[in-house]
Formats: sequence, structure tokens, C-alpha cells
Amino acid sequence: MTPELLTWLIPLPPILAFAVIVLLTHRSNRLSHTLAVGAMFVSWGLAMTVFWAAITTPELGQRPFASSIDWLPSGVEALRIGILIDPLSAITLFFVAWTCLAIFVYSIGYHNYGKPRDPADRAGLPPHKGGIEPMYARFFAFISLFAFGMLTLVISDNLLLLFVGWEIMGLCSYLLIGFWYGKDSAKKAMVKAFITTRVGDVFMLLGIAYLYSATGTLNYREILFNEEVLHSLAEAPSGVLGMSAAGLIGLLLFLGTVGKSAQWPLHVWLPDAMEGPTPVSAMIHAATMVSAGVYFAVRFFPLLTAGWAEGEPLTVTMRVVAFIGAFTALFASTIALAQRDIKRVLAYSTISQLGYMVAAVGIGAYVAAAFHLVTHAFFKALLFLGSGSVIHGMQHGLAASSKNAAQAMPGREGPAGVHEAHAHVDAQDMFNMGGLRRKMPRTFVTFVIGGFALAGFPLLTAGFWSKDEILADAFTNGHLAVFLTLAAAALLTAFYTMRQITLTFLGEPRTEAARHAHESTATMTVPLLVLAVFSVAAGWVGIPESWTGGRVPNWFHSFVGGTLLEHPPAAPFHWAPLLTSVGVSLGGLLLGWLVYRRVAAGAPDPARKPLGFVYTVLERKYGFDEFYDWAFVRPAYWFAETFSYLWIDRGVIDGILHAVARIALRLGSIFRNYFDKPVVNGLMGDGTASVVKWAGRQLRAVQTGRVQQYLIAGLIVTGILLSYVLVVRP
Amino acid sequence: MIPLSWFLILAAALFSIGLYGVLARRNAVAILMGIELMLNAVNLNLVAFWRYVAPGSIAGQAFAVMVFAVAASEAAVGLALILSIYRQRSTVAAEEINLLKW
Amino acid sequence: MTPLQIVFLFVAAFTLLSALLVVTRPNLVHASLWLIAALAGVAVLFVLLEAGFLAAVQVVIYIGAIAILIIFAVMLTRRVMSDSGPQVNRNWWGAALSALLIFGGLLGLFSQVPAVGSAFPAAIANADGLLEDLGRSLVDVNRYVLPFEVASVLLLAAMIGAIVIARPAAREEGEE
Repeated sequence: MTPELLTWLIPLPPILAFAVIVLLTHRSNRLSHTLAVGAMFVSWGLAMTVFWAAITTPELGQRPFASSIDWLPSGVEALRIGILIDPLSAITLFFVAWTCLAIFVYSIGYHNYGKPRDPADRAGLPPHKGGIEPMYARFFAFISLFAFGMLTLVISDNLLLLFVGWEIMGLCSYLLIGFWYGKDSAKKAMVKAFITTRVGDVFMLLGIAYLYSATGTLNYREILFNEEVLHSLAEAPSGVLGMSAAGLIGLLLFLGTVGKSAQWPLHVWLPDAMEGPTPVSAMIHAATMVSAGVYFAVRFFPLLTAGWAEGEPLTVTMRVVAFIGAFTALFASTIALAQRDIKRVLAYSTISQLGYMVAAVGIGAYVAAAFHLVTHAFFKALLFLGSGSVIHGMQHGLAASSKNAAQAMPGREGPAGVHEAHAHVDAQDMFNMGGLRRKMPRTFVTFVIGGFALAGFPLLTAGFWSKDEILADAFTNGHLAVFLTLAAAALLTAFYTMRQITLTFLGEPRTEAARHAHESTATMTVPLLVLAVFSVAAGWVGIPESWTGGRVPNWFHSFVGGTLLEHPPAAPFHWAPLLTSVGVSLGGLLLGWLVYRRVAAGAPDPARKPLGFVYTVLERKYGFDEFYDWAFVRPAYWFAETFSYLWIDRGVIDGILHAVARIALRLGSIFRNYFDKPVVNGLMGDGTASVVKWAGRQLRAVQTGRVQQYLIAGLIVTGILLSYVLVVRP
Repeated sequence: MIPLSWFLILAAALFSIGLYGVLARRNAVAILMGIELMLNAVNLNLVAFWRYVAPGSIAGQAFAVMVFAVAASEAAVGLALILSIYRQRSTVAAEEINLLKW
Repeated sequence: MTPLQIVFLFVAAFTLLSALLVVTRPNLVHASLWLIAALAGVAVLFVLLEAGFLAAVQVVIYIGAIAILIIFAVMLTRRVMSDSGPQVNRNWWGAALSALLIFGGLLGLFSQVPAVGSAFPAAIANADGLLEDLGRSLVDVNRYVLPFEVASVLLLAAMIGAIVIARPAAREEGEE
């Protein structure tokens, strides 16, 4: 079994699981989740085998595993599909396989497998009292399809197959965000996510088309690792704003990343996507889909940076990319400061961290972007799954406390009463939590590890190493604006992370639900532990050599750097970025703890008063939702309802019609009496009818229903046409 | 030796005879026989062109094999259909199977 | 006139005659027997074209399977179509006309085939490896594996379809 063959097989188990679950086993929950998790496990095993083969192959960047077959033969040429495992896809495959497997296992516990079905639960609504999810099998089918899309995307060797996986994931995110389609907010979120990402995808498709027409191929190796193609693309003018063809294609493709990775200004869909079940959030927002956007940007790094050399000023495209990334990083982290929903904070933090990676791509820090992509996938999946565990515990706490309440008040039994009594306690609001460290120790420890990794806690955590590398790259290459923006974002990140940890786990319980919460099952906590290990250890493979004096080689840099044609140089050591990243991380964490350690039940956010108006702006997310609503959604509605329907349709067109009708009526009565009745009715009406009737009678013979006669008629017509084409025309 | 045109004329004649059978016969089984003749004519053309024009490429033979497969499936399904119709309407005359109108 | 040409003319005449009898004989059993003769004639023509394997396949599949199937169908449905009644429909003249037109059209088209006048070509270089090449081409990813697989799916579908269609309608109850 060669690694190439194994790579071909990687995406197959999940799609088979999807098909089998949908077609056959969807009635059996046990069979369905066994199939889905088993298939993912097989994929994981294959991926690890390929990964091992990849890291033990010397000079993998020069001689990657590649194989391809003809897909759509079209005359002389053929569209080929194939697989490519170079260092970049190898490490992406590594974290995708691990996180997907963890999420699959976690989903079993999250959807209350093993609990009886609550008869009050409806399909399309989350189970509200801890019964098993009504659409359990369907969930596993969807995430299997999702995993297939992601794995396909990673192992693909060309843009077309990547786009296929990309769109499969787009569809799955739509289906999964709206998994609880009974909720109105979920319905809206699914449509929002789909439409918003579509905006980016359209531009990306344009970029793909441009690239294909410019180079005649979509294969990575023929475009990205080919000096001549890159050079000619960088030289050719595009005719738009004085950019080179490479610059325009890169920008169009980058817009795909903006949509998929939720970068400003297309970031609005991601926080709303939190309406989906938590494993979905982890899958979409951490492990796979948004990472796919960054993976794509990193993959197309040679094209984005075509015409640029290390140490030169950035090209227009790179400047746009760096600006959007850095701006998004800061922008999203400020919003995260004022959110109350535990998952929304993580959503904005994801946007912010993705902004980091995009900014790193923009300033040419290839390895740093890939490194942060890997570490972020682990700790953000961990945080999402941890938050899911917290919410799960809170919901159980809610159910338990409502039971007590119902016993205390015998008059208010029944689901309706219980629901009413506790409708005001939101299980996702961090201000309703507190003190959960004693109730959920395993979740607490792993969440803290994930949070510290996100905040970049020095030396220990993976997030520190990757973030520091981006900052160091920005600083030493002289991109001071980017450096300062990212440093400010890092400070805010540490702050809101600690706010989250403090509000959720520390202090005293602020509600009954938090007091009755309890630890989740092993299927949920074991994936947390696994991801926690990676959240710490993933950073050790990329410690800069200048730190250890070259005694420990920077394995990640030399491995992933080998993907490029020219091995990128490592950033030289400098104390300023190091001190900055240590300072902002520790400072932010400390500040967060100081501000939020004593929040009483029902008290407002302590940051509200000092920040004042700014806090309101942040809480409203800078009004982007309102702005888009005002700028795009309402005009569309207005255009449809008021302009098109009321004015044009009812006013102008109907008005004209009415006037015409009145004139016509008058004319009509004249015509009717003197022309219609005698001439039209008598002669033409009845005459036509009888002619038609007669013709119909005659023609009825044609439609006999006999195949042979039809065949003869068809042959004769074909013969006439053929003789025209062959005989008359030439 | 035998010129290519002889084979082509023969195949065309065979095809036309089969076509006549398909169009003119009343019995559905006989129509199927006509179709078999037409497929055979096609095969004859494929193999003749392979032999005379492109003996190096195996395409002609490969497609002839495909035509065999198609002919076999067509005969199986067609005869099954005829038997089914025969059971329901007690006829195999093509002109009485005239549901294909309106 | 070489001996080969004489053989060809003889076989061609036999084949065409059989084919004509297939479409004209009122007795369907006779017609199917003539069908076998016509198919055998084509098999001989395959041999003349040095496609021995296809000739064998022709005998096995057409004569061995399809023709037998047709004979069975004839016998199963014999009662309803007596051999004495008219065996052609009212449009037989239209059918004959179309067939003649097609024949003429095909002949006209053949005149445009560039190699139409070519005599018998040189012997095939790799006559022994031909069958192996054919077999390999059917399973080669870059050649005909896709049509091959499609054909296999088609056969499977035909088999299932034939069973489903030809099975008597299931009785409501009382069956084991």
C-alpha cells in the first residue's frame, strides 16, 4: 500500500457512512453513530498513516505524494483530479483528522445517547430536558458528509476538487446550523451563513475561471510551484486598477477566504451560526470549515505574493490581505469583550484569530500562518467543545432545579409550567454561571488549558509559540502597523478569555442552574482531554531555533517551509516582540481576572460603566448586522414590496391598465354591438371553431399511439434534415 | 482482397433490413429480432473500421464488446416487457399496444 | 476475384438472405431460426475481419443466449399471433421506403469516408497480443474502464429490471 493509494482512500469512509446512514440505518441510533464514528476512525487511521509516511520522507516538499486520474475527458485535454500530500496538506490533514475524530466522539455524549426519548421533544428543536436528540442519526449523517468535504478539500491537488469540497462544506454548514430548524433564529442563521459565504464564493469562482483561462490548468503544482507561470502571471496586466493578473486572481480567490473564514466585512454569519449544536460549532468554526479558508489562502501563498520577494515592500494584494486580516483581528476581539453568550465570545474570538492568520499571510509570514492554523484548530475545538460541555451541564442543572421547583410548588407541574418558570435562565449566558469549577472539574481544567492557549500564555501553551511567531515576523520585517494592531488584539484576546473563564468557572454560582450543574459523560470529556494535550504539545514542534541556540531544531519551520520553492528564512530573534507577546498575554489575563472576579448574581457587566457608550457599541457589534440589514436586506425587501409591487406594479402598471381598461370598455361596447356579434361571433368565431374541429378530426389520425408509426415519421423528418445538411447546403 | 466498401455496403443493407423489420412487423418479438439485426450491423461496421482504418487502436473491438452488453440487456428487458404486456393484455401485436397517445 | 472475395460474397449473400427471411417469414419460429443463421453469418464475417474473439463472443452471446431467449419468448406468446394472419402492419410500405432511404443515405455517406476504397490492409502486427490488449484496455483507468463499469451496471440493472417486470403481479395474500 503506497501512501498515494492510502490518501485516495481517506475521504471515502465518511461519505460511505453518510450514504449508508441516510439510506439504510437512520432508524437505528446505535448503528448510525457506530458507522459514523467507525468511518471517521478509519479515516483517522489512514490519515495518521499517511502523515507518518509524510514526515518520515526527506525533502517531502520537493517530492510530495501525488497521483491523479482523468476525471472528465474533454477531447484532447482532460480535467484531472488527484491527490497531493505536501508538508502543508500533511499537517492540515493531521489536525483535521484529530479534531474531527474528537468531535464525532463528543457528539455521542452531547446528543444524550443512551437517554430515553422525551415524548415532549419535537424533531427540529433541541431536546429541552436531557432526552436523546430526536434526529440523532441525521446529525451523524450530516457531520460525516461534512468530514468528507473537508478531507477531500485537504488532499486535493487542484482547485476544482478543492472547490467541490468547499461547497460540500458550505451545504453542510447550512444544514447543520439549521439543524434545529424549529427555532426561528436557527432558520435565519442558516440562510444568513449560506448567503454570506456565497458572496465570497462567487468571487472565488471568478478567480478560478480567470486562473484557468490564464494558465489552462488548475493543478497546484503546475501553477504554484512553477516559476515561469508565476512570473508570467505577475507580469501580465489585468486591466483592473493597474494590478497584475496574479494580483487580481489572488484578490478574487482571497475573497473566497474572506467569506469562508468570516473575515471583515463578511464576518456577520459566523456568530449567528452558533445556533447550531455545539459539535457543529466546533466543526465549522474551529476544526474545519473556517480553517479551510485560511488553508486555501496559505495554499495560494505563492500566487498571492507573486512578484514579491523577501524584504521588499508588499504588493497591493498583500497589503489588502494584511489590512483585512489585522483589522479583523482587532475588530472582532473588541466585540468579544461585550458578549454575554459563552459561544458567541468564542465565535468572535475565532474571527479574530483567523484574522491573525490572514494577516500573517498578508505580510508574507507563510510558516507562521500555517503554524497558527494548526494550534488554533486544536485549542479552539477544545474551547468550543468545552463550552458545549458547560452548556450541557447548565441545561441539566436547569432541568434538575426545575424539578425541585416543581416539587416545591405542586400546583405548577407539567412541562408548560416548568418551561415558563425557567424561561428566563439562559443556559448560554455567562452571567448565569459561576463556580462551575467544582461541579465540572474535567471541563474546567481542559477549558483553562484551551483558554490559556488562546490567550498565548507564555512558554507552556501552543498558542504562545504560534502567535509569537506571527508577531516576531511582523516586527522584524518592519510591518509596524500590523504588529501594533495584532499586539492590541492579543491583549484584548487575553482579557476576554480570562473574563470568560472567570465568569464561568470561578467565583460562586449565580443561579440555581449553575448550582445543580454536573460533569458531562466520558464521551464528552475524553475528547476534551485529547484536544487539551494537543493544545499544549502542538506548540513544541515549532519553537524558534534562536531560543534554544539551535540545539532543538525548529521542526515545523523546516518541514512546512519545504512546501515553498524557496525555503523561507526564519525570523531573527528580537526582544521587542517577545516581551510584547508575554506582556500582553499576562497583562490581559490578569486584568480580566481583576475586573470579573467578583460579579454578583444579576449584576451588570463591570466593564459597562467605565466604557460607557463604547460598551453599547461593542455589545451591538458595531451595528454591522443592523447596517447590512439597512443597506442590503431592507432595500431588497423594500425594492420588492414597495418599489416593485406597490409603486411600479400597483401604481404605474395597474394605473395604465385601468386607464386602458376604461377606454377599452367604451370601445368594446361599440365594437361588441356593431362588429363583434355579427362578424366575429358569427363568421369568425363559429367559423374558426368548426374549422378547428374539422382539422382536429382529420389530424387525429396522426396520433395513433403506435410506436412504429412514430418511428417512421421521425426517420422521415431526420432524413429530410440530414439531406438538407449533407446535400443541399454544401 | 476484400475492399472496405464491401463490408460497409453489407452492413448498411443489414441495418436497413433490420430497420424494415422494426418498422413493419406486427409482432413485438419480431421487432426485437429486427433490433438485433441492426445492432449486428453496427458491430460489423465497428470491427470493419477497426480492421481497415485503425488496426493499432483497440477502440473498435472494445466498443463492439460494449454493444454486445447493450444488446444482451436490451433483449432481456425487452422480452420481459413483452411477457409482462402479454400477461396483462393477452397480445403482443405492436399496434394494439397504443397507450402512447394523449 | 480472389478466393477470399468469393468466400466473402457467399457469406454476405447468405447473411442478407437470412436477414430478409427474418423480417418476412410469417412463422416466427422460422424467423428466429433464420435469425440464428444471419447471426452466424455475421460471426463468419468477424472471422474474415480477423476478429476471432468477437466471432466467438458473437456465437456465445447472440446465438447461445439472445436467440434462445427470443425463441422462448416466441413460444411463450405463440397462441395469440396465429401464423396465418398478416404479419406486417398497414404501414409496411412506409417502413420499406424509410429503410430504402436510410440505405441510400448510408451509401451516400460511405462515399465520404476517406478510407472507403482501401484494400485489405497489412497483417496485424501484434496478432497474439490483441486479445490481451483488449482485456487490458477494458480495465485500464486511462482507457475504457468507465464504459466497462457502466456496461456492467447496465447489465445488473437490466437483470433486476427483467426480473421485476416479468414476475407475475404478487397476489395480495396466501403466498408463502
